[in-house]
Amino acid sequence: MREGAVNRYTLKNAGLFQPNFGAKKWTNPSTTIIAVTFDGGVVLGSDSRVSAGESVVNRVMNKLSPLHDQIYCALSGSAADAQTIAEIVNYQLDVHSIEVEDDPLVCSAATLVKNISYKYKEELSAHLIVAGWDRKKGGQVYATLNGLLSRQPFAIGGSGSFYINGFVDAEYRKNMTRRESQEFVVNALTLAMGRDDSSGGVAYVVTIDKDGAEEKCVLGNELPTFFDE
Amino acid sequence: MATVSVRQYHRGGFSFENCKRNALLEADINKLGFSSPAARKTGTTICGVVYKDGVVLGADTRATEGMVVADKNCSKIHYISPNVYCCGAGTAADTEMTTQIISSNLELHSLSTGRLPRVATANRMLKQMLFRYQGYIGAALVLGGVDSTGPQLYSIYPHGSTDKLPYVTMGSGSLAAMAVFEDRYKPNMEEEEAKRLVRDAIAAGIFNDLGSGSNIDLCVITKGKVDYLRPHDVANKKGVREDKINGRPETGNYRYKHGTTGVLTKAVTPLNLEVVEESVQTMDTS
Repeated sequence: MREGAVNRYTLKNAGLFQPNFGAKKWTNPSTTIIAVTFDGGVVLGSDSRVSAGESVVNRVMNKLSPLHDQIYCALSGSAADAQTIAEIVNYQLDVHSIEVEDDPLVCSAATLVKNISYKYKEELSAHLIVAGWDRKKGGQVYATLNGLLSRQPFAIGGSGSFYINGFVDAEYRKNMTRRESQEFVVNALTLAMGRDDSSGGVAYVVTIDKDGAEEKCVLGNELPTFFDE
Repeated sequence: MATVSVRQYHRGGFSFENCKRNALLEADINKLGFSSPAARKTGTTICGVVYKDGVVLGADTRATEGMVVADKNCSKIHYISPNVYCCGAGTAADTEMTTQIISSNLELHSLSTGRLPRVATANRMLKQMLFRYQGYIGAALVLGGVDSTGPQLYSIYPHGSTDKLPYVTMGSGSLAAMAVFEDRYKPNMEEEEAKRLVRDAIAAGIFNDLGSGSNIDLCVITKGKVDYLRPHDVANKKGVREDKINGRPETGNYRYKHGTTGVLTKAVTPLNLEVVEESVQTMDTS
């Protein structure tokens, strides 16, 4: 994720004041995030690197942010924008779930994220993948890039995702087991972090099913190894 | 969500009304050959560390205006509440005013709740304000404190993102300070060890970064106690000028004592001169 990613439209109005910290022109989001449905739930994964310009300012950031007990979102792009969207939607879901007196649907969470992303699409540069489990439709993954709302069997995002498009297309199978999809996510993250300079650190994995959410952190030396000569 | 706040933020984001005017003014000033005044930045090293009983915040004390040192001993550790302090890097006015606004709102909030304020509350208030101004308020902050949930440390960036970490550095000297932290940080350090670590990190920033310098300020926050050590370490003492020669006070006396330079040989040659002509020219004192 980039601290201080600035959209080209806000640069026009910059006037006298230049933000001090690594204000860069609009660039691709710098992260790797992935979410996959399996039989009975979803698995989300992310790397942990946050950069400002050329230096890494946080090497252990957990980009999987809880929106509700069994709904998480993966953050990518501008750190400030993504964090703010996640916190606003967390609050809105809280209110919503109190009003309906029940756990919210994943589709509601994704719609709230999509509404903010679409309304402020010129000003924001963040992409959130929303995934979770609810009673009506089980495990679901929604991509909300640029204000689009699209339900998918799996979704990848961030600058590192470009390097693993082929891998996920070839390796994804419907109805994997819980174990298999966790391995799939960790493999995908490792490959992306190995090739993308703006992804790295540790891998965070969150598995959500009907029993709740389980968070796990895979340290750098525990990641699987691939061909590396 | 209603809170009692002194300042009512106007709804609808940043007001761009004055940007056009500012751009015109700048163009006019440049045409006349002057340059508009530069915002005073605190090219800085600030850092913080969580140790066993609380947090230690550290900062250097140099404030720069372009390439000139504007203030050799400015205070960069700002009070937010009795148990929460905040170091500020970036534009000096922005960090000063932002921390004062949030400190004031936090006091009202704490009177309203009847409790000691939490670090997470200050963090939320700061990040929401900075995000609203989309990075135009150049304040990069290190926020630390101890509350009922324990010691906490946050770094807050000008665009409004925050990170909650056990050790953070900010400012132009942040890379030098982070190098020291990454080498020597351990969880659950003792107070003396933590103070030494922070002091060394700020010293690394002071000696290796042009925008940081002068002294090292520390602030140790524990449950129920705050030690504001200003200065903790005078790393750059000003030299003493030689201004008392032979008992007479003389400033800027550049005479050297007899014997400073060793005399090897001495040859005296008298010149025999005849006075040929002598004339006097009077000075016009009318």
